[in-house]
Amino acid sequence: MITARQSGLVACRSCGRVWPLGTPTCGRCGAALVSRDAKSLQRVMAWWTAGLICYIPANLYPMLVTTTFGSEEKGTIVGGAIEIARHGDFLIAAIVLIASVMIPVSKFIAIAYLAHSAWRPRPGGALRRLHLFEATEFIGRWSMIDVFVVAILSALVQFSVVASIHPGPAALTFALSVIFTMLSAKSFDPRLIWDGETIESPAEP
Amino acid sequence: MSTRKVPEDLAQYIACPNCDALYTAALPEEGGRAVCARCHTVLISTRENAGIQVLALSAAVLILVIAAVFHPFLEIHASGFGNRVSLLDVATSFRSGTLVLVSVATVMLIVLVPLIRTLLLIYVIAPIELKRPPLRHAKGAFHLAQELKPWAMTEVFSIGCAVALVKVSDLAQLDFGPAFWMFLALSVFVVINDRYLCTWSIWAAIEDTP
Ligand SMILES: [Zn+2]
Ligand SMILES: [Zn+2]
Repeated sequence: MITARQSGLVACRSCGRVWPLGTPTCGRCGAALVSRDAKSLQRVMAWWTAGLICYIPANLYPMLVTTTFGSEEKGTIVGGAIEIARHGDFLIAAIVLIASVMIPVSKFIAIAYLAHSAWRPRPGGALRRLHLFEATEFIGRWSMIDVFVVAILSALVQFSVVASIHPGPAALTFALSVIFTMLSAKSFDPRLIWDGETIESPAEP
Repeated sequence: MSTRKVPEDLAQYIACPNCDALYTAALPEEGGRAVCARCHTVLISTRENAGIQVLALSAAVLILVIAAVFHPFLEIHASGFGNRVSLLDVATSFRSGTLVLVSVATVMLIVLVPLIRTLLLIYVIAPIELKRPPLRHAKGAFHLAQELKPWAMTEVFSIGCAVALVKVSDLAQLDFGPAFWMFLALSVFVVINDRYLCTWSIWAAIEDTP
């Protein structure tokens, strides 16, 4: 097996076409070409930091403000999940906790680990790290569930004094946190994972 | 680093987007897939009548998205009160200040992005299937469609509806409206559509457009 870079070529990640090293943009699809995006790690960590900064207030401030007969009840992400569990709906409570806590936290850890290991390429475990990257890219969007729930409830529950639901400030910071971490994962160039690997004998696809 | 001499015609090569392995692109037999030997990423997948199926599914998605915007997706019944909301209501639910951004983002992610992406795919694939030259800007259109892929969140929204249903179950009784079922069907169609879509084949087909 040989890589495009070793052949003096640069590959287009968006369409698979190869060009001579140094070609700035792909002649087929117009994407910018970089053999190994060294700056990508800086972008990854910049979006990662922005996501983390937004994730902290997302957990401290209320996500939902429920007003029933004049009394106001503010619910944070974790508080809301506990409330659902108290009603006996453990499956739904688990979905909320997984989508809003487990996925974001494991995403932060996974991206930091991938960026760190790409910084100093070592042989071994590349396939496992690529799978981790693909999983990170796939699950990121599912964190948006709680934001959509808030949007749905705020539109639905509007019964003047009896009961009304409004979004809290955490709805915005949480949505931003999800978007920033998605951009962080998207900025990562998975080809960096493979640079520490030794090249085996040629193989046919 | 060893450098091998590569022949001039670079169009015959394909490089793996995930590990940079270089291959000579060979179309697998109908129904087969070319998989990267190093990282197992699917590089090319051919399926009989894939283009027609993508077109049919895209048309279905288009109709469903538009219909789902105007129909209610959830109905609420509480002692004497009733309310039914469509996506248009959700779009206008965050009225105060910066939280408007949340409703804008919601509508973008569940309506606008899927809609735009579907239109772009039809624009690119229909001429190929009709054996006509690609339309103008087909490359830009397809590139944008690929970039938008992670931002279309119809299936996430469907699960969000289910969670919302449980969350207010002690406050009121909630029922799924027609648009909810449309969204569910939509989510399935989008997933199948992306499985049929072979990026490499489409790029090869529109390679020579201006
Ligand atoms: Zn390209
Ligand atoms: Zn590969």
